[in-house]
Amino acid sequence: MEGPVIELTDLTKKYGSFTAVGNLSLSVDKGEIFGLLGPNGAGKSTTILMMLGLTEPTSGTLRVCGINPTTNPVEVKRKVGYLPEDVGFYEDYTGFENLMYTARLNSIPPREARERVMHLLERVGLSGEESKKAGKYSRGMRQRLGLADVLVKEPEVIILDEPTLGIDPRGVNEFLALIKRLSREEKNTVLLSSHHLHQIQTVCDRVGIFVGGHLIAVGDIDTLSRELFPHEPMVIKAGVSLDDIYNRYFEGYEKQR
Amino acid sequence: MKNSDNISEGKGNSRALHPFMAMVNKEISDYIRSWRFMILLLLVFLTCLGSVSVAISNIDEAVKANATGDSFIFLRLFTASDGTLPSFFVFISFLGPLLGLIMGFDAINAEENRGTLSRILSQPVHRDYVLNSKFTAAIIVLSVMMFSLGFLVTGTGLIAIGIPPTADEFLRIVFFILISILYISFWLNLSIFFSVKFRQPATSALAGIAVWLFLTVFYSILVSLIAKAAEPSANASAGQVMAYQEFVMNLFRVLPGQLFSDATTTVLVPTVRTLGPLTVEKIYGTIPGSLPLGQSLLIVWPQLTGLVAATVICFVLSYISFMKREVRSR
Repeated sequence: MEGPVIELTDLTKKYGSFTAVGNLSLSVDKGEIFGLLGPNGAGKSTTILMMLGLTEPTSGTLRVCGINPTTNPVEVKRKVGYLPEDVGFYEDYTGFENLMYTARLNSIPPREARERVMHLLERVGLSGEESKKAGKYSRGMRQRLGLADVLVKEPEVIILDEPTLGIDPRGVNEFLALIKRLSREEKNTVLLSSHHLHQIQTVCDRVGIFVGGHLIAVGDIDTLSRELFPHEPMVIKAGVSLDDIYNRYFEGYEKQR
Repeated sequence: MKNSDNISEGKGNSRALHPFMAMVNKEISDYIRSWRFMILLLLVFLTCLGSVSVAISNIDEAVKANATGDSFIFLRLFTASDGTLPSFFVFISFLGPLLGLIMGFDAINAEENRGTLSRILSQPVHRDYVLNSKFTAAIIVLSVMMFSLGFLVTGTGLIAIGIPPTADEFLRIVFFILISILYISFWLNLSIFFSVKFRQPATSALAGIAVWLFLTVFYSILVSLIAKAAEPSANASAGQVMAYQEFVMNLFRVLPGQLFSDATTTVLVPTVRTLGPLTVEKIYGTIPGSLPLGQSLLIVWPQLTGLVAATVICFVLSYISFMKREVRSR
């Protein structure tokens, strides 16, 4: 099965008279890390919900892994892992139990599930924390647990909706590096939505810019900047970003300890 | 610590449970481990203990009162009372709605507020599994609870009065428990419907309690007002009076609680022959005696159908509004 893994054609979603997503056409190839960049309320989350069959499009067609998610959501969800914007866990269950439950919903035999879950917890850097209640996890740990949760079913496509929201800059870098490493090793297709250009830039192969429910440009970062700002001269700015200061400060602090 | 995955590991390590069964498993263990259920269990247990002890202390009078011998002494355990404490089946008709409401009021909206609903729905399970598993788990837990309570009362009675129940009596007790479960499941479905409709668990709990209060207290006031207005004059014909009686009764029969108490009295008191008005001509010439179980059930068949219908309507309503809903993360 070659060809695009995600294919959207003329997709429209209306809430009453408000158009959340309008005439969206997009295709994502296998193994790509695709970034959906846009401000809040641009229709990124709605598009993602439609890809998973969690809401129905008003018109247009979708194909995810060659399957129509509107009519056959369960098959799509077998192949697609989705990390919602603010992921929730059963707070009185441990991190391990939460993942085991996901494994059970995916009909993974218990013994295999146990191995897989332990392995994934180690990969996202949560080994040692697995018997802690999920309610006691910090925001960053929850997000990493969420990533492990997505990977339990060994998905072909990973959809991450604002995965870095509310994590500190250093945690963001680690998280993005983790996503990149996972996608390179497992040859997964990743769709990442964010409103931070910087984050998208560091991990994504291609980017789609989303404003007011419309996709205004698609391509890799270099092409996009050439297309969108053809006449502007190249400006090189040197400086230190706050993130760098933050990271340096904390690295130094940790070394001291 | 890891008791929730012991459930599935009990059945061999190599086979995976069906996702629906996994969900029901989880819901059951959640119910059983919750404080809410412990408190409910304690409450129900204490009230039943109270009513049974009252029944046992009064049972000798009941035996003396109908010395004919054929009266169903064992069933008196469930219906006898001396006026200080209501009898067992009255308690169930009172606590049943509460049980159902408390088990279901936060079924869906709590998952939504915790952000677990969108995570669960992004797994390869059908959307209705969430609703069905909640319902199935609650019904299983409630059934186990009601049956053990019913049999506990039977056992205590057996020890206390020393007369074993006849097969007919035993079957009547089983049917009584089944009808109670049906009645509770109506309230359960109503509260699950509210939990789908309202985002806040507090709102849905309040809505459930409001409906319960309306149906138990205010509706009967309303009916008595209507009845007074529609009362036939003193010199109305017998047919008119009959029609009027039927009308008032039918107004009451809209209530699930009325259906339940009609059904349980008929099943537990075998001498009840009809639930409608009786004329003197109808009684004239009948031999006093009790009905066999089949006939008792035949009398309450419409009541049972009504209860099932009410339950199904609530379930369908929550099903429709849940399936159409767009599920977003928190």
